[in-house]
Amino acid sequence: MATAAETSLTELSAVPWRERASASSLAAFGRLWTAWTAFSVVTFLVPAAVLFALEPLTFPVGLGCLAHAWVIPELYANRGVGVVRPKGPRNRSAELVAQGLLGDLLGHDAREVQRQTGLALEPGRLGVWLVGEAGALLLTPGGRRVHCFCVGTRERELPPSDRVAHLLLALRTDEEGFATVANRAFSGAVWRVRRRLAPARRPALAAARVRARSLCGPDRGKAVSPAAGGSA
Amino acid sequence: MSRLIRMDHTGHSTLAEWTGKGDAGFEAAVEAFRRELDAGYIGVVPEGEGHATQVTELPAAAELVIMRRPIAGG
Repeated sequence: MATAAETSLTELSAVPWRERASASSLAAFGRLWTAWTAFSVVTFLVPAAVLFALEPLTFPVGLGCLAHAWVIPELYANRGVGVVRPKGPRNRSAELVAQGLLGDLLGHDAREVQRQTGLALEPGRLGVWLVGEAGALLLTPGGRRVHCFCVGTRERELPPSDRVAHLLLALRTDEEGFATVANRAFSGAVWRVRRRLAPARRPALAAARVRARSLCGPDRGKAVSPAAGGSA
Repeated sequence: MSRLIRMDHTGHSTLAEWTGKGDAGFEAAVEAFRRELDAGYIGVVPEGEGHATQVTELPAAAELVIMRRPIAGG
């Protein structure tokens, strides 16, 4: 078995131009995303302030600028949350079977979270993951930032739990490879994502945040699953 | 009893079962495994919570081998 085992995701061959993701590359991406968002906001706030200072009667234009400054980060966050929204056919007849298999793959607590929210909680080296049908959220250690990844299988006829299981198995095989293959949809504060997340899914985010916070505390080692090799 | 399953539109289908390397069922499982690889599936051995190993040959000792489809960024 040792000779036939592969430690890297096969799918990496489809994206040879991408640098392998790591904690530092994700942190750098997060900083870049925040800087870009701040730039976008300032780009509209400054004209609003300048216009009002020059001529108060231009306030309708200024209000339009302020609206843009508010909407743009919201749109980014909305796109990020979109990765864990239910997508595609429900395939209810097969879903029970698929749910059974996914339940077998998950531990007790993660199974309960998944059944209640549709998101599979999976601690890893990079943080705590919430895996959905067509994407995943990664809460970095500390639980303040979330990265949203758009990734999935192309087989639309699969029941939702099978789609989650596909991503979960890929994630467990090669976490950094998974983060490399996936497209990044958003990076920012957890509260931005929480506001846009369906109420039924918020308990999963809360549970992931608790686990992510513990990754920075004295219990850090205990919070990391065997998948992480206990080295996070 | 070891199982080779494929995640598909039915939830999952059991492709083969075997008890050990000398078992006739294992030869059938190897055939089925290769067929699925040729069809573009990827073999994964779940190894408890948090662990999974991608395999290109059917491990006789594995309790469960799951065939999954490739994933891609959306």
